[in-house]
Amino acid sequence: MNELIISMEGIEKTFPGVHALNQCRFDLRAGEVHALVGENGAGKSTMMKVLAGVYAKDAGRILFKDREVDIPNPRIAQHLGISMIHQELNLIPHLSVAQNIFIGREPRTGLGIFLNEDRINAQTEALFQTMHLKLDPKVRVSDLTVAMQQMVEIAKSLSIHSEVLIMDEPTAALTEAEIEELFRIISHLREQGVGIVYITHRLEELKRISDRITVMRDGHYINTVETQAIAIDQIISMMVGRTIDEMAPDIPEIKAPEVVLEVKSLNRSGSIKDVSFRLKRGEILGFAGLMGAGRTEVARAIFGADPIDSGEIYVMGKPVYIKSPSDAVRHGIGYLSEDRKRYGLALKMDVETNIVLAAFRRYLGYLGWVNQARTRTTAEHYVGTLSIRTPGTQQLVKNLSGGNQQKVVIGKWLVADTNILIFDEPTRGIDVGAKSEIHKLLNELAHQGKAIIMISSELPEILRMSHRVIVMCEGRITGELSAREATQEAIMKLATQRSLIVSSSDSTPTE
Amino acid sequence: MDTKIAQRPSIFRSDATQRLLAFAGLIVIFVVFSLASPYFFQFDNIVGILLATTVNGILALGVTFVIITGGIDLSVGTVMTFSAVMTGVFITFWGLPVPLGILGGLLAGGLCGFINGVLIARFRVPPFIATLGMLYATKGLSLIISGVKPIYFNDSPGFRGIVMDSALGRIIPGLNIPNAVLVLFGAAIIAGLILSKTVLGRYTVALGSNEEAVRLSGINTVGWKTAVYTLGGLFSGLAGVVIASRLNSAQPALGPGYELDAIAAVVIGGTSLSGGEGTILGTIIGAFVISVLTNGLRIMSVPQEWQFVVTGSILVLAVYFDLVRRKR
Repeated sequence: MNELIISMEGIEKTFPGVHALNQCRFDLRAGEVHALVGENGAGKSTMMKVLAGVYAKDAGRILFKDREVDIPNPRIAQHLGISMIHQELNLIPHLSVAQNIFIGREPRTGLGIFLNEDRINAQTEALFQTMHLKLDPKVRVSDLTVAMQQMVEIAKSLSIHSEVLIMDEPTAALTEAEIEELFRIISHLREQGVGIVYITHRLEELKRISDRITVMRDGHYINTVETQAIAIDQIISMMVGRTIDEMAPDIPEIKAPEVVLEVKSLNRSGSIKDVSFRLKRGEILGFAGLMGAGRTEVARAIFGADPIDSGEIYVMGKPVYIKSPSDAVRHGIGYLSEDRKRYGLALKMDVETNIVLAAFRRYLGYLGWVNQARTRTTAEHYVGTLSIRTPGTQQLVKNLSGGNQQKVVIGKWLVADTNILIFDEPTRGIDVGAKSEIHKLLNELAHQGKAIIMISSELPEILRMSHRVIVMCEGRITGELSAREATQEAIMKLATQRSLIVSSSDSTPTE
Repeated sequence: MDTKIAQRPSIFRSDATQRLLAFAGLIVIFVVFSLASPYFFQFDNIVGILLATTVNGILALGVTFVIITGGIDLSVGTVMTFSAVMTGVFITFWGLPVPLGILGGLLAGGLCGFINGVLIARFRVPPFIATLGMLYATKGLSLIISGVKPIYFNDSPGFRGIVMDSALGRIIPGLNIPNAVLVLFGAAIIAGLILSKTVLGRYTVALGSNEEAVRLSGINTVGWKTAVYTLGGLFSGLAGVVIASRLNSAQPALGPGYELDAIAAVVIGGTSLSGGEGTILGTIIGAFVISVLTNGLRIMSVPQEWQFVVTGSILVLAVYFDLVRRKR
């Protein structure tokens, strides 16, 4: 058994309104791949961000090689040899690939005053060779696709030669071959004695890559097990805390296939390529794909949040011109952003105001004063029907939990009288219980005749909820599947139909 | 078969094109004035334009760094005056040797920039507010220290010559371009090297592009941001020494308004107010656009009130065209 490098005990972390980590523990040995799994909001990323110095812990101890350490910022973490590949990509868009990889460790020349750009580029080139990566070190990061940015993040963390490497869902945007290459790199690092923390949602990866698995749930440590000694099913039941009837897709056939929304040949330079589809009344249309596939871009374009280059949009069979979100709302289209805190809610305002916000004009009395009695009645109605758990309609939205915040956003669009609802990652960052409530709500809305587009990166969610599934890859629609045809394998196959970033042979072509 | 793996930026969008466009704009203005007035394209007038650009140009160099980080510096004009006054205090009141006085003036500017930087980076005061506070504070201090009177450098006869003599004219007779212009170009070259070739320049861009990513890369963002504002203060200090030498006095009431000209020069030069991009060459071109406009319009006897209107319009147009170009 190898020596312990990291040992975390009794870690506590509270964010306003959320107890993110409750007496959590984790340890890591040299030369092992330790997978960290759990549902969204379980606290995996938070736990590792504490280790990487991104968040300060409220309580608990971190031992680095049996010595208690304090890791107040990422710089200290790096000095200890701990580096992290973040889930939300953290690159500097205005700098080149090579400049990003060597940021903070730039080789110098000329008495140490000037940057040695040639060496940065040469070393990056060499690094890419070992990774079989076809990429020009001088390209600006803002010109890269998400998948390539992910590979650059990986390259950056490899170049640091750390003793502890934390990977937070590194494969979210990668194809099978690229994942294979990543696993090859990971095995190599493991042989060199690097301790690797591997956070993932793709449980099928666990058996292939990990030595041990730690499960977290709702901010609690659940268990740590040897990968060889456990079945994936057991992991799943530890993750959700109960055996779930995962496969109960109550998907009724749609009787009146009235097309509510039709999109024809939508184009936007760089992000959307010739996208066409139809959405029917009472239907939940799932949009699947990898990170950066262009699903959010399509939603934003339909909603008028981003301009389009060409394409036609029909609502109820009539052509419409949507130049701004207010046009979209007028045509009955609502968009629930994946980042609801930034785009969906006025966090520092109360539940009441948020619910009526998109239809404020209807609540104005004489002289433009807000009719507060009416806004309250409306808000109370939706707090009841959506069962939003809040002490009252005057509660500030920022004090609600993620699931209840999402319900407020849903309430907002119902008040605005929208018939077409686009949900972008509706359950991201929402705990398990609230998640199934949101799912039930989506089903009910569809029953009531709303037409719903649901963008989701979680395949189980797509499979459980959708009547039809559209799969996107690099801005194109690569396929459409009926609920019956849709399987994890079929979707993944369509989602990865693109040219590879890594070359399969050792003879890496250089440009 | 080799597939295209990254969209290269189109030639239209590249930085080089931006500089070329700004430069082309400057040439156009130049040609228009040359055709419009026989007095414009004269050696003395060109020297006048160069000289008129020095102070604003030097201030704009410092502001370029600050704006690339995504910040703003409103205090450069009054910090310049404060530095000029301190130079006067050191040389005239204390009788220090001129080189030491100049160094003191530079450091006074650097100190103001450092305080801005600490307030903004360490205590997270928004740059607009921190530097607005510095604007008022240095404006007041200049008046207090000088006793609301100009400080003259009459006891140090060589002081005025530092920027108004012409070293170039001594080497090449007839080419009497004042040293101040050489100071501007020297400062611009140093600024250009810092921005494109040093770690400080690299982090300046990185901070403006994605500060959180920089922090997560283990870089001391507080320290580097403070350094950027300190550098901005040093350039203000240099401008203070130049203007004191040129006027042979420190004028304590001078200053307010200069910061706006400097910001305008930087923005016309293509530096993005949202941070992450900008060039020194662009800023210098921007500074010349402003002074050529002012000079040309004056020669054509356009009243000063209208000069402001024209400068304002050019500023907005330049930024608008830049936005349109980027969107393509």
